[in-house]
Amino acid sequence: MKTAKPNINYDEIVIDIKGLYKSFGSNHVLQGVDLQVHQGENVVVLGRSGTGKSVLIKIISGLLYPDQGKVNVLGQEVPDLDEYALRDLRRQIGFSFQNSALYDSMTVGENLAFPLKRNTRHLSSSKLRKSVEAVLEAVGLSQTLHQLPSELSGGQRKRIGIARTLIMQPKIMLYDEPTAGLDPITSTDINNLINEVQQRYSTSAIIITHDLTCAKTTGDKIAMLLNGNFVKQGSFQDVFNTEDPVIHSFYDYNFIQ
Amino acid sequence: MDSTNWQPEKPVISKKIDQFFITIYQVFLFIRKFFREVFRMPFERGEFIRQCYQIGYRSLALITLTGFITGLVFTKQSRPSLAEFGATSWLPSLVSIAIIRALAPLVTALICAGKVGSSIGAELGSMRVTEQIDAMEVSAINPFKFLVVTRVLATTVVVPMLMAYTGFIGMLGSFLDVHLNEATSIQTFFQAAFEKISFLDFGASMLKAIVYGFTIAMVGCYQGWNANQGTQGVGKAANVAVVVSMFFIFIEEIIIVQVINFFR
Repeated sequence: MKTAKPNINYDEIVIDIKGLYKSFGSNHVLQGVDLQVHQGENVVVLGRSGTGKSVLIKIISGLLYPDQGKVNVLGQEVPDLDEYALRDLRRQIGFSFQNSALYDSMTVGENLAFPLKRNTRHLSSSKLRKSVEAVLEAVGLSQTLHQLPSELSGGQRKRIGIARTLIMQPKIMLYDEPTAGLDPITSTDINNLINEVQQRYSTSAIIITHDLTCAKTTGDKIAMLLNGNFVKQGSFQDVFNTEDPVIHSFYDYNFIQ
Repeated sequence: MDSTNWQPEKPVISKKIDQFFITIYQVFLFIRKFFREVFRMPFERGEFIRQCYQIGYRSLALITLTGFITGLVFTKQSRPSLAEFGATSWLPSLVSIAIIRALAPLVTALICAGKVGSSIGAELGSMRVTEQIDAMEVSAINPFKFLVVTRVLATTVVVPMLMAYTGFIGMLGSFLDVHLNEATSIQTFFQAAFEKISFLDFGASMLKAIVYGFTIAMVGCYQGWNANQGTQGVGKAANVAVVVSMFFIFIEEIIIVQVINFFR
């Protein structure tokens, strides 16, 4: 269970999704999804593979268009934004990809400096270096500065992926399967890092996962996605303290594993 | 949000015919996006120079070898026919016309289609399937400008340079054969070679090389940018980039030759 008390401001909504629909051909992935994320809150979206969890955060970050519905992020309707406004909004959103998506041809240092350099053209090289060193230290991987992504372990790649988003000091973090493919100890490290990021950078976050340990450790609110809609939202206990056999089977399966 | 990757929900005519027209439409959008982005600031100078180096310098060894052998072999094969009429002294001008007008642009383009086109297709394809392009997008970076515009510009600039170099190397190959058989000096060879070459010949070849360079990079970028289906998609992007750009190079060759002949 999450122990540290986050500083959540329930008066301020940073992500407000209403009646969201998204289909790919005849595959109706999201069917009228509603979700609210408050300032400083970590919301975990739980669900089986292929239920549209990643599609949801791709719509929030503007990588995909919704078919229908409202997606308001930091007071702006994402689907209505033009290219420039969307880019401005994205500077405030950090996206940690499932496979980290580090740039293969760049070293860790270059990977981290890249978004900052592109978004703040007149930053001096000493300030850039300091920012890179600071985020590397925050994720506990200072020694990897000159290494290539191919030389890193899965857990290290995840951490660098998170560090690359932190360098822009985002207000919102979107984590896509942060513990997928990691051993339990490394998963615990990543879960702790997600909580640390929330505390240290005062971020709000949506964490996409099907790992209940991750959900329990990092989530202030859990939202269970089933058949294109959230069937239950609330604290971990609220969600799993139910007679619903589908939710129960999800819980049992995770803990038997 | 990428508007170049639209798909209809249900087939309008049939799936294959629909796909053909959709691809044409997507290619049109892709090219339009290039011309829109190319004039927008800021210009990615560092990446452009890096790409020029990658495309130009790294192709140099292959171009040198192929250009030299082309000149040498072409001269060797032409010699017996000319010798029948006692006209071996025409070899330098014959070879120079063939190299400058046709062989240099075509050989350079085909080599670049194989080497540069496939590498662009594979690189962008791999970046697409590993979500590196999406990662740029969500980091508020314009990946099209950074990846596509720089590669297309660099290839369009570098291929004409490589073409001029191939022409020069090809002439050297030809000179070697002429020198070994007729003991012609390099000065006499090049004097005879350039006697029949006009500015139009050279200009037309430059134009061809610019068009070929643009085609190679555009096809490579389009295939890589729209790659899917994991690693299989990366291989397919690289392969299709080479095949399609070679096809277009031959089509463009025919069209440009017809247009140039009109001015000759």
